[in-house]
Amino acid sequence: MSRPKTIRRIAFAPSISGLKPYGLSITTKRSESVFLLYEEYEAIRLCDYEKYNQTDAATFMEISRPTLTRIYTSAREKIATAMIEGRRIIIEGGKVSLDNDWFHCKTCDCYFNRIKEEDSIDSCSLCGSSDIEPFNSDSTFINQAENHPPAHSCCGRGKCQGTRQRRKCCETKE
Amino acid sequence: MKIAITSTGNSLESELDPRFGRCAYFIIYDTETKEHETIRNENKNIDDGAGPRAVELIASHQVKKVISKEFGIKIKSLLCDYKIQMIMIKEKRTIEEIIKLINH
Repeated sequence: MSRPKTIRRIAFAPSISGLKPYGLSITTKRSESVFLLYEEYEAIRLCDYEKYNQTDAATFMEISRPTLTRIYTSAREKIATAMIEGRRIIIEGGKVSLDNDWFHCKTCDCYFNRIKEEDSIDSCSLCGSSDIEPFNSDSTFINQAENHPPAHSCCGRGKCQGTRQRRKCCETKE
Repeated sequence: MKIAITSTGNSLESELDPRFGRCAYFIIYDTETKEHETIRNENKNIDDGAGPRAVELIASHQVKKVISKEFGIKIKSLLCDYKIQMIMIKEKRTIEEIIKLINH
């Protein structure tokens, strides 16, 4: 049995579930689609859209730099295949955890998610203790997020303080 | 409210099963009546799609929370659709201990 993949952290789920080509003489079927994993989408977003270097992108996704390069290469190959062969891209799957979704209870040492975005979580849903924290291994990230709440989830970068103003990401939620 | 716990056996002394889709039994605990029922997981040895079937199984019992150690990649979106909350416990615990935690 191979070693299980480490969980890749991604900032937020993609706004689309896929892309379709147009102007084809023969319509392609779903079975011929290219399946782009969530982690590959995130690698493309960080490296090409946000223009971070691969080391920074890897730190943010909590994976090693070579792993990020592998994911990124696979993503580019899939996108190229879809473009050249006129196939659909469907974004799904991958071993990922979404930010802001998970909480950790320090009393019973469990992890739990919230179902609705608007829910506020103030106690552990297992033991009822209020000693909970958003699940995030980087504690500096949490501290900075408290000081600059709008910049926390908008840029996708842990240390962003809303000052970098990269592309639309930093502007939209402020 | 009903809570599903993945279990290695059909008694309260058995341990939490680390896998969600391929666990041996589901123990469904009702927080209002303090009673539990045991369901055998028929899809344990299926080749493909054990996770989604397990989700359907527990959703048919009006479960609101699931406790397990690990969930597969297909599970999260399905559970979100059914509005079922996931709770992950990383340590080895018996079902009895977990039920004590729920009742705190």
